[in-house]
Amino acid sequence: MKAVLRRIGPSGVLGGFLATVLIVFAVLGPWLAPYDPVALDLRARLGAPSAAHLLGADEFGRDILSRLIFGARVSITVATTTVALAMVIGVALGLTAGYLRGWTDRVIMILNDSALAFPGLLLALGIMAVVGASTTAMVIALGIAFAPAVVRVTRSSVLSLREREFVEASRVMGNAERTTMIRHVLPNCVGPLTVLATAMFGWVILAESALSFLGLGVPPPAPSWGNMLAAARPYIQEAPWLIILPGLCISAALLGANLLGDALRDLLDPRMQS
Amino acid sequence: MIRFMLGRLALAIPTLFIVTLAVFAMVRAIPGDPASAMLGDLATPEMVARLKASMGIDKPLPVQYVIWLGDVVSGDFGRSIGNDEPVGPLIWERFKVSASIVLLAVALASMVAVPAGMIAAWRQGTATDLGLIGVATLLLSIPSFWLGLMILLVFGLGLGWFPILGSQALSGSWREWAAAIAMPVLTLFLVEMGSIVRMSRAATIDVLRQEYITHARAKGLSESAVMWRHAFRNAFAPTWTLIGLILGALLGGIAVVETVFTIPGLGRLLVEGIYTRDYPVVQGCILMIAFVYVVVNLIVDMAYPFFDPKVAR
Repeated sequence: MKAVLRRIGPSGVLGGFLATVLIVFAVLGPWLAPYDPVALDLRARLGAPSAAHLLGADEFGRDILSRLIFGARVSITVATTTVALAMVIGVALGLTAGYLRGWTDRVIMILNDSALAFPGLLLALGIMAVVGASTTAMVIALGIAFAPAVVRVTRSSVLSLREREFVEASRVMGNAERTTMIRHVLPNCVGPLTVLATAMFGWVILAESALSFLGLGVPPPAPSWGNMLAAARPYIQEAPWLIILPGLCISAALLGANLLGDALRDLLDPRMQS
Repeated sequence: MIRFMLGRLALAIPTLFIVTLAVFAMVRAIPGDPASAMLGDLATPEMVARLKASMGIDKPLPVQYVIWLGDVVSGDFGRSIGNDEPVGPLIWERFKVSASIVLLAVALASMVAVPAGMIAAWRQGTATDLGLIGVATLLLSIPSFWLGLMILLVFGLGLGWFPILGSQALSGSWREWAAAIAMPVLTLFLVEMGSIVRMSRAATIDVLRQEYITHARAKGLSESAVMWRHAFRNAFAPTWTLIGLILGALLGGIAVVETVFTIPGLGRLLVEGIYTRDYPVVQGCILMIAFVYVVVNLIVDMAYPFFDPKVAR
């Protein structure tokens, strides 16, 4: 444990700490938040931080601290489901392409490269233009938008693994291709995929808050850091804390994901060390 | 060299083909009749019938695609549902605003961040390195729209240096235009510095480990000669690719910054098109951004051998 801590360094520890705080808030939110995040209290409207509302209240008098805590829950839920979706799609396609090679590989990679020809957020915007804006639509859109990166990483690990002796051995022993792939090839892709998933976690939190800021993500009144920023924009002069606080939360979450991602990369993938 | 360039050009053609196919399929994926969807709720039956005829709806899908592609190639993107303006000129006008912001921001960020990353690598492990990489990681973790709001709060509202509404970016005089885009350029400049510094540092560290650098040092060259004459070109190659990716991706993500500063750019046009279900506008914007993304990456790849001649062989 000590050796691991030394290898990931102080910035990795900070990243781990930020991520832990975020997850604790997300999981324990209902018990930690002092108020209901959607409860209105018009007397407290645009109130500055005070004893009753520690971080102030928004334009409907809703408690900011409670909304920020529930916002963590929204961000973590969206990020976890989106990353899981992108992983499932990406690993399935990448494994198939890298292991079967031939025409299957070529078709998957041409489609994949075309998906990569769209900037990620644009692809998500395009999908949401068709299916309409909702949290579910956003998760599906972002999951599809981020899957091509997973396909690439999985395929390239599989390509280097499939020539190795233990994969050959499994084939010689008469195991079916599918068994070889799932039991022997896939577990060896876990390292690079973990690094990618951590980085992707940050990208998704950023994309979610950007889409919610544009009014195309988590719909109000549900609290998300992005839609809180959008709602607070008209009050930027009277109540600047409404703008400052959600942004600090997004930045802390992103910093956590970035630092943890760097540390995991150094730990798990010596080839990518900087 | 020329063969490499032609090869890269040939690779871009199937990508562009699939991009147009995807954008075409997008509107067809909307449930219901695409002509009614394209025209919105207020359309009369005659308008729908006219559009159906021009889209060739009664013909098979591949024929419809060819008709649509022909229109797009000749610059006809249809008319906006909202104000019946032709979409092509509208997109071009807005694109110029967004492109000038993105180009300026990325050019300035590269000029500062590439040398900064090289200095961090050169002084690897020292306080200078830790300071630079720390600032870069911090910048990478700040969302552009929030940084924009902070800049708006300080320079727009607090100090009053710049106009808080950026609408003059489209129609104002040269000075009004510059004042309108100053804050968005500053925002994107800071945001993009983060990733460029990190890439430039990592690439330079890789290069500095190589034998020809040890050789250059051993023959008694000064550190700055080693750095700028021998390391720079090779260390810049991967960063150059990243800069290309950023240029293209920024255009897809610029809507948030344009929203913060009320800039009438392409991103804003796209998002407003999505709100109002103005499909001709949405289709045109997505096509334009994806096209620019592919072309920018093509240009970047074609210039790559200039920095790393090994690639062209």
